[in-house]
Amino acid sequence: MLMLKRKTAGESVFDAVNILGMLLICFLTIYPIWYVLVNSFNDGQDAMRGGIYWWPRVFSFDSYQAVFASPGIMTAMGVTVAKTVVGTAAHVFFTAMVAYAVSRKELIGRNLYMTVGTITLFFGGGLIPYYLLIRDLHLLDSFLVYIIPAMFSFFHLIIFLSFFRDIPEGLEEAARIDGANDLSIFCRIIIPVSMPVVATIALFHGVYQWNDYFTGMIYINNQDLQPIQTFLYRVVAQSSSNQMVAAMPGGISKSVTSQSVKLATMVVTTAPIVFVYPFLQKYFVRGLMIGSIKG
Amino acid sequence: MMNTIRPDRPLPPPIQPASRGLRARRLLRRLAAQRYLQAMALLGVAWMVVFNYIPMYGIVIAFKDFSIIRSVAEAPWVGLEHFKAFLEDEELPNVIRNTLGISVIKLVIGFPLPILFALFLNELRSLRFKKSVQTISYLPHFLSWVILGGILATWLADVGIVNKLLLSLGLISEPVSYLAEPSYFWTIVIASDIWKELGWSAIIYLAAIAGVSPELYEAATIDGAGRFQKMWYVTLPGIKGTVTILFILAVSGVLNSNFDQILVLRNPLNESASNVIDIYVYQTGLLNARYSYATAVGLIKSVIALMLLLAANTVTKKLNQSSLF
Repeated sequence: MLMLKRKTAGESVFDAVNILGMLLICFLTIYPIWYVLVNSFNDGQDAMRGGIYWWPRVFSFDSYQAVFASPGIMTAMGVTVAKTVVGTAAHVFFTAMVAYAVSRKELIGRNLYMTVGTITLFFGGGLIPYYLLIRDLHLLDSFLVYIIPAMFSFFHLIIFLSFFRDIPEGLEEAARIDGANDLSIFCRIIIPVSMPVVATIALFHGVYQWNDYFTGMIYINNQDLQPIQTFLYRVVAQSSSNQMVAAMPGGISKSVTSQSVKLATMVVTTAPIVFVYPFLQKYFVRGLMIGSIKG
Repeated sequence: MMNTIRPDRPLPPPIQPASRGLRARRLLRRLAAQRYLQAMALLGVAWMVVFNYIPMYGIVIAFKDFSIIRSVAEAPWVGLEHFKAFLEDEELPNVIRNTLGISVIKLVIGFPLPILFALFLNELRSLRFKKSVQTISYLPHFLSWVILGGILATWLADVGIVNKLLLSLGLISEPVSYLAEPSYFWTIVIASDIWKELGWSAIIYLAAIAGVSPELYEAATIDGAGRFQKMWYVTLPGIKGTVTILFILAVSGVLNSNFDQILVLRNPLNESASNVIDIYVYQTGLLNARYSYATAVGLIKSVIALMLLLAANTVTKKLNQSSLF
């Protein structure tokens, strides 16, 4: 764009308005989150008076202490971390493995397998038959309900597939001559050279695992297997955060309110993802592109 | 599978049967050689059979009177009874109005906005600023609806910041409990959805814009085109294919009201505006245990969605050459 160096007056106005508009969008995006953040760092009782918009008025960590002292919240956090780590590892490995197999042209039945998968993109059984299946598989009230039914996605398979297609065949050839089987070629050669797509799918699925509250809500009754998002759903949608405060150890509860604990829990729940995604940004842009065009 | 050569066959072209047997043997040998590959692929197929195809078979309970104490096979057939019951249900007009209302407005407003955002983002001269705006705009996509529901509940409460702002500006005379008022529900759902996904949805368009040839812009500049003219005559035609495909997908998803979102934001007070088809299926099926009835309602939805996809695909194929399939 070298020829645009000399700007006319109209161009300058356009640029200025455009930049202002973008700044406004950024403000509207960040401010609601900022508001939660500063209120969670304010003394709970004091925050009830309102008027905390830009910075905490009476700075306090008490709400966070209350969150970390609550056994219920900590158990739910543990479930979320466990389901995200195990679920994402299983999803990425399994989906990539199947994708690698169908990416190989010599695979007998390849077109049939692809057709079987493509149909699932356009038609499904719906909520009730799926619920009955989960029940019949004895996955109700089991940690595995977070892992096995989420282990595969044909949509993600397509994204893997288009990456695997670009891997030069010579790479696998050397290993094959050494007598390695296809599974070990996949693990030792394909996975290491596919880190960009692995990171993309891991992010997509990791975010799903971290944010999903519905699975924990309808398939799980046992409180100890409930993830933090389901816990928060009950707090947010059913306004049961008074029980959160009631369950807190004494001493702290003077300066915290159900609202401030709720806000602190929201911050703690969101922070890990918000810190991770900017680092993976360069990967997921390409992954999304392929997924949307070829899917 | 192997064919043996039959000697009594009149005038056998001797090569054919032999080669068929040979071919079968070769197939088996090839299968044996790729046994690891087959196992890897078939594990995926098995997963799909269990988690995608068995629920599809499970749709038969829409035509039966299924109850939790009996197996699917034992349940008596009732034909289209559940479908008739849905058509006569007094909630039906409400469910249709809410589902279509929210989705169509989302489509009309929410579909073009990310395109516009991408177009204007592309016009920023500072690459650093552009990257920062992008990174910030992705942020809300990574928040769960539960968190966003919590933020909205805080903001829209009668003591919340929205009421304070509107009161101090004199736009309202007394606080409104927005989430308890059905008349505000659609606006809240649509606005918060745009807030959450604007930046994320723009990614694909930005990538498509990056693929437009710079020579076209240079040619347009030489022809004296201004910024808006270049957007209109170069950038937009350049991303037409991407827009088309995403539009087809958006149309076919019209009946998919954002379930996660509405489940968080709904409450008994706003029910008349928040009862969409997915919520209705969830409520009648899982909460009231009317399994067969809810499956029938879900089936109607899937069939219409499939027809919408095919229709949108056909129409866009006629209008311009690109289509999904």
